[in-house]
Amino acid sequence: MSLIAENKSAVTQTLLDQLQNNASKVAFMPDSEIVSAIRYLEDKGIPNNKHEDYKYCNIEGILRKEFKSVEQSFNALIPEDIAPLKLEEAINLVVVNGNYVSALSEKMIVRGLTVKAFNELSALEKNLLSSQAKSESDALIALNSAFCGNGLYLEIENANVIPMPIHIIYVNSGNGNCVVNTRSFIRIGPNAEATLVESFYNIGNSKVFSNFVSEKLVEENAKLTCFTFQNEGSLSYSVHTNQAKIFKYGNYSNMTATLSGELVRNNHNVVLAEPNCEAHLNGLFITQGTQQVDNHTLIDHQMPNCESNELYKGIAKDKSSGTFNGKIFVRKDAQKTNAYQSSKNILMSDDATINTKPQLEIYADDVKCSHGTSTGKIDTEALFYLKARGIGEDTARKLLLQAFAQELIDKIEIPTLQERVLHLFEESL
Amino acid sequence: MISIKNLHASIGDKEILRGINLEVKAGEVHAIMGPNGSGKSTLSSVLAGREDYEITEGEVIFNGKNLLDMAAEDRAREGLFLAFQYPIEIPGVSNINFLRTALNEIRAYHGQEEMSAKDFLALVKDKSKLVELDSKLASRSVNEGFSGGEKKRNEIFQMAMLNPKLAILDETDSGLDIDALRIVASGVNKLKSKDNATILITHYQRLLDYIVPDFVHILYKGRIVKSGGKELALELEAKGYDEIKKEFELAD
Ligand SMILES: Nc1ncnc2c1ncn2[C@@H]1O[C@H](COP(=O)(O)OP(=O)(O)OP(=O)(O)O)[C@@H](O)[C@H]1O
Ligand SMILES: [Mg+2]
Repeated sequence: MSLIAENKSAVTQTLLDQLQNNASKVAFMPDSEIVSAIRYLEDKGIPNNKHEDYKYCNIEGILRKEFKSVEQSFNALIPEDIAPLKLEEAINLVVVNGNYVSALSEKMIVRGLTVKAFNELSALEKNLLSSQAKSESDALIALNSAFCGNGLYLEIENANVIPMPIHIIYVNSGNGNCVVNTRSFIRIGPNAEATLVESFYNIGNSKVFSNFVSEKLVEENAKLTCFTFQNEGSLSYSVHTNQAKIFKYGNYSNMTATLSGELVRNNHNVVLAEPNCEAHLNGLFITQGTQQVDNHTLIDHQMPNCESNELYKGIAKDKSSGTFNGKIFVRKDAQKTNAYQSSKNILMSDDATINTKPQLEIYADDVKCSHGTSTGKIDTEALFYLKARGIGEDTARKLLLQAFAQELIDKIEIPTLQERVLHLFEESL
Repeated sequence: MISIKNLHASIGDKEILRGINLEVKAGEVHAIMGPNGSGKSTLSSVLAGREDYEITEGEVIFNGKNLLDMAAEDRAREGLFLAFQYPIEIPGVSNINFLRTALNEIRAYHGQEEMSAKDFLALVKDKSKLVELDSKLASRSVNEGFSGGEKKRNEIFQMAMLNPKLAILDETDSGLDIDALRIVASGVNKLKSKDNATILITHYQRLLDYIVPDFVHILYKGRIVKSGGKELALELEAKGYDEIKKEFELAD
């Protein structure tokens, strides 16, 4: 065995040992899934920068450096901890350190809405878990499948339109170094509609490696509008995997705003599994210091007449870095596909970097696809125009950066959330 | 108001301004004419504080202060205004927000408080009337999707809002239709007072029919090669630049 391979398995093995020692006796995924998850992990290891999809994001390196030992010492939270994180116009549900906490969540009887912890699921429902996010596709999904907590299962039954947003607050809180595997499953039944906000926090002073996986099913003619709010703070290193599958006439959209987190890696994978469905993925981030934010998207057009749209924007300051990697597959049956992708980035310092990589693989002939990326400095002509009107350098920069981000901030249709994003965004300019 | 002495400016190793001398007093209107590429926009950019140019010689005193030492924003705050030959589009920044920010930063510089929203809107209403600017344009992004003429009108609207001491209008007349030209010119005339001054850069006598200059200067190859009264513009209109070019070719 080469030295690299030994090192690789060593880090993974240490992590597995530590997690296994600390794991609760109850497992939440189907048994067969856990077995294959562990096998996959032992075989492939946590990805490092030799892995093509993690070229700029060495997760193994971070675990080796920052999480040599993990204490897994967690705090229970009280309503006062959660209160400031809530959104007043939403039903607020709370997941702490990977476990759904019913006692902290709002219980509103809404027709068609089911919220359960994983340990309350029927055998049928339990079998849905891990039906979308497969351990064999990514070691971090495998890690999550093997060790996830008592996650949240949310279902909207047929033809129900939920009148207010549902807000899932994922909050980590512990002491020392912790690894948290949070999992959720969202199912929007046929003809149903919901708006979902998922917020991510790390409160307290624990350094956390947070490995989140969410599976999302948007069934026939259903609509799921998601907003992801990432504000995990400088002690957090997180990977967020969203695995969504959209059925006939289904409509899935997501807008991710990343405001803090030392490392945030988003893997947003969408399968357009049936004809006439659509997906809209958007993202905005602003990074400073040594932060890193990576957005990896994969849109898999499998059937005809589907549409996908992606718009990602990033602003990198100081020595921070970011990535946009957008894969689009258009399978041979996916005729009449419309797929658009755009990534625009502004570098605010010479030491900041943003890498972009559109990757289109098209196997059908009657398709419309376009992609564009741009990464550059702030527009000096516009800056001069503003200054020539008496606006100071700092204010002028802020105006231009706000303008750059505005079209994405406008997509956040929930006023309290939009305000929260705008406030943090302006603060970090 | 402004006194420009032996101003030299270059970009790379190309010297574009090669010793400009110009004195403008309060209450005066000066026109600068000259063939394409002679350096008119460069002069206005240098005065407004664009940093792409290297000033190699000369000085500019603006109301007793050394203009070339000031940042672009401070020049504007001191009362210098440049109406751009090619106004920049700034998607996402609304005209209104832009102007409110500009106005308040200028006020802060002079130790004045922010203008109230009510007073500001009243001012917008008043000044947009002056150049007959469609009120819809005021709420749109700065110059985004504006027609050529609308952009020029918007420049004068901004000038009206900021009430500068010295306005430099760089070919504000080009691209304007006959009616718009009259409207813009009458706006400029209304803003004129004994305490402020205007430099008009133009290629056409037509503008000078509306805004009558006290002095006309001809800029050629980075120098003011001839100055005179308003009749100089008429002479140019009749004869073109040939004579001037011939006369000063050797200077190159
Ligand atoms: N950024 C630049 N880089 C290189 N050359 C420049 C730059 N800016 C101006 N120049 C050159 O300087 C000269 C003067 O340009 P300027 O725009 O000042 O002319 P102008 O008198 O305003 O012309 P016009 O009547 O066409 O508007 C031109 O030859 C132009 O190409
Ligand atoms: Mg010019």
